[in-house]
Amino acid sequence: MNEAAAEGLAVTPVASEWGGGALPYKVGHKKLGMWLFILSDSLTFGALLMAYSYARVASVTWPTPFPFNPGIIFSTVMTLCLLSSSLTMVMAVSASKRRDLAAARKWILATMLGGAAFIILHLMEWNNLIGEGLSPSQLPAEWAEKWPGASPLFGSAFFGITGLHMFHVFSGLCYLGVIATRIRKVTDEDVEISGLYWHFVDLVWMFVFPLIYLLSVQY
Amino acid sequence: MADIHDHEHVGSTKLFVNVWIALLAITFFEVFLAYIDMRRDLMLIILMGGSIVKAALIIAYFMHLRFERLSLVLTLIPAMVICLTLLAIFFPDSLRLYHLR
Repeated sequence: MNEAAAEGLAVTPVASEWGGGALPYKVGHKKLGMWLFILSDSLTFGALLMAYSYARVASVTWPTPFPFNPGIIFSTVMTLCLLSSSLTMVMAVSASKRRDLAAARKWILATMLGGAAFIILHLMEWNNLIGEGLSPSQLPAEWAEKWPGASPLFGSAFFGITGLHMFHVFSGLCYLGVIATRIRKVTDEDVEISGLYWHFVDLVWMFVFPLIYLLSVQY
Repeated sequence: MADIHDHEHVGSTKLFVNVWIALLAITFFEVFLAYIDMRRDLMLIILMGGSIVKAALIIAYFMHLRFERLSLVLTLIPAMVICLTLLAIFFPDSLRLYHLR
């Protein structure tokens, strides 16, 4: 009897925590859901970047078409836009935790500005590359001369990976737009969850930028 | 209510600005590697190292994971790292293809 009572004492805190009616991770179900989405999305991008690396390693020649100036400098500015928008998002989350909703909305709008600048710069770059003759299935004639036998997979990898990332940034803009509009109705955890998504988009770019751009710098 | 107050104390503006500066510094270092003529395999290793540090900073501080329960961290991070690492299992095959050419 005594033994059972002692066991009961030892077991109770854990049982109540995991036995339902409590939040074992101490985060709300929406936040946990966003974390699980981020986990699965990281595998999507991971698989894409691995496939790109696979194709690149297996190819005899791979185009390295981005000159340091302007190509790499341009994409570095894009990176700075995204990194800074992450900082403003952190400020938005802090402001909404303080229930300073006007400031939270202002910081979210600043974040959206950074994201929009990223998309505009990215589209300008895409436009430039498409103008040179790059497509998902074809390299520009000039590149084919410069890197004989280079794989046309460069185009599909470039547009596929940066396109999916840009789609994520665009979705993030829509998401943040909804949160900023409804800032008085949503909870501070909702703002934090939108922040998680935004930081994840930034995090993915921290891998896309070196792998796609920096390793393709033209000497 | 206690939860909300617990969270209020995590991370000051100064901490987040410092993290942002560290992220910028690593980014500029990576861009510098692209500026100097460097062996690509070595560059890849340094770039990935830098990016993993950046990812860790973003996850830990911007995404607040450092201030969450350990059970949440242990549920999310090892699964992600193991799955991503397992994807690399295909690489010997890409080297085989390269030598076939």
